[in-house]
Amino acid sequence: MEKFRMVFSGAGGQGVITAAVILAEAAVIHEGLIAVQSQSYGPEARGGATRSDIIISEHPILFPKVTQPNVLVCLTQEAYDKFSPIIRPGGLLLTDDRYVKLGKKVDAKQVELPMYQTVQDAIGNPVVFNICMLGVLIGLLGLVKAESVLAVISTRVQEKYVEMNRKALELGVSMAEPLGLG
Amino acid sequence: MEENLVFVQGNEACVEGALYAGMSFFAGYPITPSTEIAELLARRLPGRGGRFIQMEDEISSLCAIIGGSLTGNKVMTATSGPGFSLMQEALGFAVMAEIPCVIVNVQRGGPSTGNPTHVGQGDVNQARWGTHGDHAIITLTASTHQDVLEMTVHAFNMAETYRTPVILLFDEVIGHMREKLVIPEAGVLPVVDRLRTSVKRGVDYHPYLPREDGRLPMSDFGGDHRYNVTGLYHDMWGFPSSNPKVVESLLNHLVDKIETNVHEITRYKELYLEDAEVILISFGSAARSTLHTVENRRRRGDRLGYLELQSIWPFPVDLIREKCRKARRIVVVEMNKGQVTGLVKAAVENPERVFLANRIDGELISPTNIKNILRIIQGRGV
Repeated sequence: MEKFRMVFSGAGGQGVITAAVILAEAAVIHEGLIAVQSQSYGPEARGGATRSDIIISEHPILFPKVTQPNVLVCLTQEAYDKFSPIIRPGGLLLTDDRYVKLGKKVDAKQVELPMYQTVQDAIGNPVVFNICMLGVLIGLLGLVKAESVLAVISTRVQEKYVEMNRKALELGVSMAEPLGLG
Repeated sequence: MEENLVFVQGNEACVEGALYAGMSFFAGYPITPSTEIAELLARRLPGRGGRFIQMEDEISSLCAIIGGSLTGNKVMTATSGPGFSLMQEALGFAVMAEIPCVIVNVQRGGPSTGNPTHVGQGDVNQARWGTHGDHAIITLTASTHQDVLEMTVHAFNMAETYRTPVILLFDEVIGHMREKLVIPEAGVLPVVDRLRTSVKRGVDYHPYLPREDGRLPMSDFGGDHRYNVTGLYHDMWGFPSSNPKVVESLLNHLVDKIETNVHEITRYKELYLEDAEVILISFGSAARSTLHTVENRRRRGDRLGYLELQSIWPFPVDLIREKCRKARRIVVVEMNKGQVTGLVKAAVENPERVFLANRIDGELISPTNIKNILRIIQGRGV
């Protein structure tokens, strides 16, 4: 399996780190892969730039940070401006048009999707925006199975919220389908 | 799916290790990047019959676990630089009164409040000499979550064996990073239980009279025996004494019980040392990047060797000298201004062979950083 070196970036409170943890845990616990997740953030509880690095591989991972991601997700303009230059040539850049206005073209597949608006319209609660983003990545790259992600989510949220997360995940997967990158 | 497989932060691995070792009392005050340790124990200890208390600060936190240990519990507190500074006075008390306890310092950038959410390894010498007066101390560290768990269990074992505070010196990257951890079944790792006196109630008990093997059996404070505990030099009853013989023999005992058992306490990992021209020595999160570099350069034919210290104090002087005897160069990789580098220089013959490869800006030193520094040291330019 190809080694995924991913950076999820955004603002504190958007669920960037949660999404990263769920993805990496799904890979390790349910798919027998090796994954490491780390994060960097400022001293603030909310706001501020947040970044989480995830590496998924079949081989042991020593250095846990990502210097040149082949998958980069930017959920704020600040995160996009800061991190888009570090993407690995030929990598995948995922943004949401509600938050990010694309600037200079980078040497990567740029995927811009209305994830926030779609979640808001279909589910009515933006809290699962990050799970929709995971769905898109799974749809685009087949990182792990959607069931693995859902299995992790069901251990982390109350039962009454599992359905909402499943919907958000499926929305994401279906948004990725027409793009046919997988 | 593997049994007992979890995907957790290093701080959680420390919690698992503490519970595995039988820790039953934790007192602490939250501080980044150690907070998850307190948070998890607040949830998990009460259900196991243990006690968790959040104190008003770090001074009282260490004082509380000292009391908890005396009453018969295995105890721990967790903090980071600023809190560790506040604990230094009580740490000296625990050394002097010979109280088994474990103090976790998940290091961030210092001095002062420093760089709270970023990594540093600048507390190596503070762990050794932060509290005043001659003394010995045990300090352990780890670079993977599996090792965090094992070193935490080892810390409790050493605390009980030598009746001493033990410091677990982790860092922000290890504390916050998530990776796989397999929690071992009970019985897989050795666990040293509290050594209690066999002296019956009503019979004289000497709290500070060592057995023939040097160990001091304890009596749960408030239980069968009345005795005195003090930070002053004290006699075998625990009562203050300035008798020169008592003072001299107690100080020698406090230092010797640890310094003469370096081999029992020391833990390390090594790879490719036999034919290594350049040996890289590291610890904690910096050791991950170091091992990455060594594996990578080995595949290209460079004769690099890897020595990871999992115990820093007492410093394994003989081990370092022996392992480094034939190396042309010795490079210490650490995220401070050279605290372990100085120790290695003092330990080896021909200390001009020893170099520092560091990063001090709050970011984890990377394999690329190390590779570039090696090129400079080896005179190959960048």
